[in-house]
Amino acid sequence: MGTVAVQGLRKSFGKVQALDGVTLDVPDGSFFVVLGPSGAGKTTTLRAIAGLEKLDAGSVHLDGRDATGDAPAERDLAMVFQSYALYPRLTAYENIASPLRARRCSSSEIAAAVERMSSLLHIERLLQRRPAQMSGGEMQRVALARALVRRPRAFLMDEPLTNLDLKLRVEMRTELTRIHRSLGATFIYVTNDQVEALSMADRVAVLKDGKVQQVGTPAEVYERPANQWVAGFVGSPQISLLPCHAEGDRLVGAEGWTLPRPRWSTAEDGRPLVLGLRAEDLSVEQRGDASLPGELYGLEPLGDRTVVDVQVGTEILKVKARPTFTGTPGERLHVTVDLDRAHLFDAGTGLALSEAGR
Amino acid sequence: MAVSVDEAVSTGPGRDHTPPARRSGGRGRSVLEVALLAVLAVVMLFPALWMIETSIKENRDVYAIPAKFFDFTVTLEHFKDVFVASGGRSALSVSFLNSVVVAGVSTALATVLGVPAAWAYSRFSVKAKKDQLFFILSTRFMPPVVVVIPIFLMYRQVGLIDSKLGLILIYAAFNVPFTIWMMKGFVDEVPAEYEDAAMLDGYTRLQAFWRYTLPLLLPGIAATAVFALIFSWNEFVFAIFLTSSDTVRTAPPAIAGLIGGTTVDWGLVAAASVVFALPVLVFAYLVRKHLVAGVTLGAVRR
Repeated sequence: MGTVAVQGLRKSFGKVQALDGVTLDVPDGSFFVVLGPSGAGKTTTLRAIAGLEKLDAGSVHLDGRDATGDAPAERDLAMVFQSYALYPRLTAYENIASPLRARRCSSSEIAAAVERMSSLLHIERLLQRRPAQMSGGEMQRVALARALVRRPRAFLMDEPLTNLDLKLRVEMRTELTRIHRSLGATFIYVTNDQVEALSMADRVAVLKDGKVQQVGTPAEVYERPANQWVAGFVGSPQISLLPCHAEGDRLVGAEGWTLPRPRWSTAEDGRPLVLGLRAEDLSVEQRGDASLPGELYGLEPLGDRTVVDVQVGTEILKVKARPTFTGTPGERLHVTVDLDRAHLFDAGTGLALSEAGR
Repeated sequence: MAVSVDEAVSTGPGRDHTPPARRSGGRGRSVLEVALLAVLAVVMLFPALWMIETSIKENRDVYAIPAKFFDFTVTLEHFKDVFVASGGRSALSVSFLNSVVVAGVSTALATVLGVPAAWAYSRFSVKAKKDQLFFILSTRFMPPVVVVIPIFLMYRQVGLIDSKLGLILIYAAFNVPFTIWMMKGFVDEVPAEYEDAAMLDGYTRLQAFWRYTLPLLLPGIAATAVFALIFSWNEFVFAIFLTSSDTVRTAPPAIAGLIGGTTVDWGLVAAASVVFALPVLVFAYLVRKHLVAGVTLGAVRR
């Protein structure tokens, strides 16, 4: 068992409201990612679950039992810290053994468990080293081993891959997913990297300014962002946002362009809207009448694709194109829009318009 | 102390230690600089040298005019007099022993009280923390001579006058604020995440402090304790006001008491002073690295 439920978490540090009513439900066995920019309250949420942070209000339930006032040791959780927090004077072996020693396991049990972990994470040769003698990636593995050596209720991970170089990060992403699948345990994973969130999570909670913006599967968060901010935060290259309003069966842009109005949109005429277009839903090949006239602004060849920056009025659209696409800046071109996949937001509230008809 | 604070708290592998830019000795120093430094060194060291010389001179050489710098007879008689008197131990040796007891116990007390307090101030959110810390520091603003009379009156009421316990308590009271302030700097340097990790491992907060933070603080504790020890060892004002009998008095008033009779045995005074200065020198030498670290720690931003 390993369900974690937090309800209405509030916490302020001085004048900063770090958590402003955070409510999350983490199902048993899920890989639950808390995603948000720095300062969104992700780490504070995790520390609140771990019992390291005293809350102003709210409750933490573990396996359905109220654990709000429990000490960290009583919660039966394991955590990987962003800084790894390996004990500097202890060898890797003793670091990994620490949770078992705290629970007074016999030394033969400890030896067996440490050996199992070190072979799982390929750190056998590190066991006698101290943290100062390890690289960042090695420390990361040892920190992971220290968390995994027990079978706690849930594993908490605070941006464990942030301090690794890109190649290692990609490797560890796969590895963590593999470990999660083989353990079937609950993972709560905090990150500011939306790629990590989309690639690893069963469920994603997007956090901003201490408030939950949206909770859903990675696909839901990507395909149907609850508001303009989530749309902008999730996805790379960033979604292009164009101010516009509806007029009859057309969408009219602030820059004067018009597009057919998406069938599903329900906004009344004249209400200020924001049209969100993802790079892969745009094309530099002209077809149909759903197109925007623009000027080539720049090219970002990325190997497998080229991101074309097209200036429409004063806005820059990011358009995904074939890697063979070439052009010269200033060249006039048309951007074709897949309106069925476009997003509309209320310009005032930022909330996504009802997509009931989609 | 095998591990310096720096090594102990560093988390990154092979962090770059760039040595502070320092001019290599001699080269690049102007003649004027050398001359000024030499004059300064002579001025600073002469009294110490003179003290050492006097302590090993025979009495007639001590009083010789003109003063004898080099051609005197060396004797260790004065040092013997420091410790042995006719018929047993000298009063001075008793006062040295008192100094050891008073300085040692008061330092131990200040450390035992001050280190956990510093940890608490560093780790927990305490109401009006800054004001509290300032209040603690402010107790050090007052020169001892300002409070010695009220303390004398209070001590007389509770019967602590002329007792080692009285001195121990007052020295501990003066050393606790110092210990808190200095140790807070050291505790701040140790990431709180070690304790967080230990608590998730299954330890209580106190166990986490004891097992994982305290060992990293040992160099800092040693440096702080040496400062406290030196303060208690050197303290004169309270000692002379609050104690009077030979069996209780510490070394500073006892040595001062040697001066002032009709004749002054300068050889004995010098020898006693040398003996008195030695432990401080030895301690300062042993922990010199940490003394500098302790003084500069809070100043460096990492």
